[in-house]
Amino acid sequence: MTTTISAMGQTNDFVVRFANVNGTGSASANNLIMKSMFRMGVPVTGKNYFPSNIQGLPTWYEIRVSKAGYLARREQVNVTVAMNVETYARDVQEVAPGGFLIYDSTWPRNALLSRDDITVLGVPFARLCNENFDGVRNRILMKNICYAGAMAALFDIDFEVIRSLVTEQYAAKPKLVDANMKAIELGYAYAKAHLPCPLPYRIERMNSTVGQVLIDGNTAAGLGCVYAGATVGAWYPITPSTSLMDAYKGFCERFRVDPVTKERKFIVLQAEDELAAVGMVIGASWNGARAFTPTSGPGISLMNEFIGLAYYAEVPAVLFNVQRVGPSTGMPTRTQQCDVLLCAYASHGDTRHVILFPANPTECFNLAPVAFDLAERLQTPVFVLSDLDIGMNDWMVPELTWDDRYTPDRGKVLSKEEIEALPKFHRYLDVDGDGIPYRTLPGITPKGAYFTRGSGHNKFGVYTEDSAEYQEVLDRLVHKFNTAKNLVPPAVLRGPGHHATGLLAYGSSDEAVKEAQDQLAAAGIDTDYLRVRAFPFGAEVDAFIESHAVVYVIEQNRDGQLRSLLVLETNAEKRKLIPILHYDGMPMTARFVNDAVLAHVQTTATHSTASRGH
Amino acid sequence: MTSITKPKVAHPSLPRNELGLTRRDYEGGMSTLCAGCGHDSITAAIVEAAWGLSLRPEKLVKLSGIGCSSKTTAYFVGGAHGFNSVHGRMPSVATGANAANRQLNYIGISGDGDSLSIGLGQLVHAIRRNLNMLYIIENNGVYGLTKGQFSAAADIGSQSKKGEANLQTPIDPTLLALSLGAGFVARGFSGDKKQLVPLIQAGLRHPGFAIIDVLSPCVTFNDHEGSTKSYQYTRDHYHPAVAADFVPKAQAIEVTYDDETVVALHDGSQLRLRKLDPTFDTTDRVAAYRYIAAKLNEGEHVTGLIHASSTEDHELHTQNRSVAQGLNSVPYSELSPGSAALSKLMARYR
Repeated sequence: MTTTISAMGQTNDFVVRFANVNGTGSASANNLIMKSMFRMGVPVTGKNYFPSNIQGLPTWYEIRVSKAGYLARREQVNVTVAMNVETYARDVQEVAPGGFLIYDSTWPRNALLSRDDITVLGVPFARLCNENFDGVRNRILMKNICYAGAMAALFDIDFEVIRSLVTEQYAAKPKLVDANMKAIELGYAYAKAHLPCPLPYRIERMNSTVGQVLIDGNTAAGLGCVYAGATVGAWYPITPSTSLMDAYKGFCERFRVDPVTKERKFIVLQAEDELAAVGMVIGASWNGARAFTPTSGPGISLMNEFIGLAYYAEVPAVLFNVQRVGPSTGMPTRTQQCDVLLCAYASHGDTRHVILFPANPTECFNLAPVAFDLAERLQTPVFVLSDLDIGMNDWMVPELTWDDRYTPDRGKVLSKEEIEALPKFHRYLDVDGDGIPYRTLPGITPKGAYFTRGSGHNKFGVYTEDSAEYQEVLDRLVHKFNTAKNLVPPAVLRGPGHHATGLLAYGSSDEAVKEAQDQLAAAGIDTDYLRVRAFPFGAEVDAFIESHAVVYVIEQNRDGQLRSLLVLETNAEKRKLIPILHYDGMPMTARFVNDAVLAHVQTTATHSTASRGH
Repeated sequence: MTSITKPKVAHPSLPRNELGLTRRDYEGGMSTLCAGCGHDSITAAIVEAAWGLSLRPEKLVKLSGIGCSSKTTAYFVGGAHGFNSVHGRMPSVATGANAANRQLNYIGISGDGDSLSIGLGQLVHAIRRNLNMLYIIENNGVYGLTKGQFSAAADIGSQSKKGEANLQTPIDPTLLALSLGAGFVARGFSGDKKQLVPLIQAGLRHPGFAIIDVLSPCVTFNDHEGSTKSYQYTRDHYHPAVAADFVPKAQAIEVTYDDETVVALHDGSQLRLRKLDPTFDTTDRVAAYRYIAAKLNEGEHVTGLIHASSTEDHELHTQNRSVAQGLNSVPYSELSPGSAALSKLMARYR
């Protein structure tokens, strides 16, 4: 065996990748390793690269360990646990020089020996488990837990941390604690006895995860809907949004069921398709409940007609779009930010919609009540544009907190007394001059009754084909959208604001961009970074572009969709906005951003030198 | 102004219901449908039914899709909120509205185009969900607003105004509903208000999905020789199997006939049925299906109450075990778990 041990140990700063077969229980093992690192106070982030499949296809899980607290994906994999025979060849190739590869040495794998710049370590996981466990399925599951034990030894993870995690996880099933601990101990003991423990890539206790949690964005968003007071959830299952509704339902079953009567203060409607799902949300919101639907790009495509109705008839609706790779079915289990334009202008006719861009699970939680407040305040659909990376991966974020003083903004809904006090109720009058009319709910008083329609209507809510009457309403909707600019969450600035170079991004790109900004600064390029959190853009977005000589618009799609939106909806000069586009379906990395900015800086430098030469 | 507001003039001698309201109080805007349209007769029957039930206008919610039929929600009970949604998607809006507030009466008006083609999926799933609503299909076998194309309810051989014959199998809404387990299935004819009014009243009182297919001739595009949905053809081929009479809760039954069946409804009111065809049994879903299908084969549309059974045990909110009050009126304090619960929950993610 060729062995190259890196002289430079990378304590608390490396990437470990687990190559698994989908559906073999590897998720618990990977989670156990990540959580034990986290409990040792070391910042970690976990990303799952999985197939659109239930069982049998390759899946990878990557943990980035970063003492500096960088949470973006990083390309260089230092340690690979190669548990999938089918992907061995690729897994070997993708280990960074100086790295390690751990494999199941029950069977010989000559192909593994093709590189002399990495260290290959064998553990006979299958043999160990076959000798100690019965049943085929059980042996497969235990083989994965077994590698968690071996990795604990190699990474120098505190065994007691592992034990307490396993005990917590199977608190309800003590038998499983014993079986799992047995498998972990087998791996741990073997590694201690036969392998060079610990590796240079190892964990050392820190104190950087106090007050932090590991949570995925869909769970946080589902929880956010519970705290926002949503009572109606309607959906059609679609990857990668499914776990959002699962979370909402699970939390509601915990918090919204009367312990005695078992009566529920929520309803989850599994619709026959996305068209029906959004129709249900519109019906429920129109009738005064906070209602939402989680979906992904293909779902939004189907919902378009209804979204236009909600826009024009001015019905609140909250839509979580956990974006995946398009077009069409695309790559359902890969990430992208490819639905920005789809959502901004969804449906036929002149429409524009409010969008929120959470950058992490914390914002998925915090922006959920904001989305409902805005939808009801503005009486319009509001999109929360998450993505697979935020939604389905485990992020290290500060513990979610809640302010008990929060009261939902239910918007301009007239009470019975208010309606009775009016000479006559008219649905679409701009009484307050902010473009937002008053509405009434069914069931209150006949005097509040009105007719909701997607057909042409005048400001009194009456059907019209009169040009002036139609146009008056359409123009008020523009006024209302302008009002929204002052209500949406403002963009976040990182940097002093006076540098010549600007970085502009949104959503899950945030971690990579922050890290790249630091790297660029280290390379002598100082930048300001503006993270856009909503559409319509506030004045601060215009000002940022105005005050920077060049603005790199960094996003995860092919066509520079946010850049297009900036060109259309701000006064920005198009050529000032330099697109940096990442759209291979994997989460963006700091290196990608860094390289792209540097390449552009060099090109422009060369150009200016060249033009001076002429 | 292209809309027409109906002047509200009530003669003092007009009869008043339990709420002291006259029939005029249950009317809506002026119809803009063609003179003689069957749909207007159905609108009149709904007005009569709602007035007769002493329904509070604001407790009714009217929903529709797109099409001639869907326009009619503007023509009755002006004191109720109306929602004219998108083509074929009224059931989902009704589902959401009902999910938000189970305490109101929901009536959906659709047509054979809106329900049986573009909206077939939504209709089917509203039935499966057993949504508590009355769903009326104003069935004329034709697309009116787009000038006379066949709908999915057109009978084989029926001729369009241009002389073209339909060759495709029709979808019969009553057979569809029976096959899906709907608890209340009826068929009416816009020209028979006496039969239709009690059916609407019973449908509104049925705790679950109630569907009434109302044959409603289109005077402009489907009332010619060769059409099987014309007034003449319908009058000749509709087959009243059961005569129904709705008896409100408070009203005592004075006369009972020998051939009469009394169906007790959810709220204590009753539906009295007189079988005009002794071989027909409205309580047996499978038998009802067989009977309707056999009559259709003979070119007869059976009208009256076709099937009624209690489905309250699996109505949408019963399935969900929803609280009795509307979900839209549960105070926020009962919906938010609060900061302490969140802080406790966070332990799971450490």
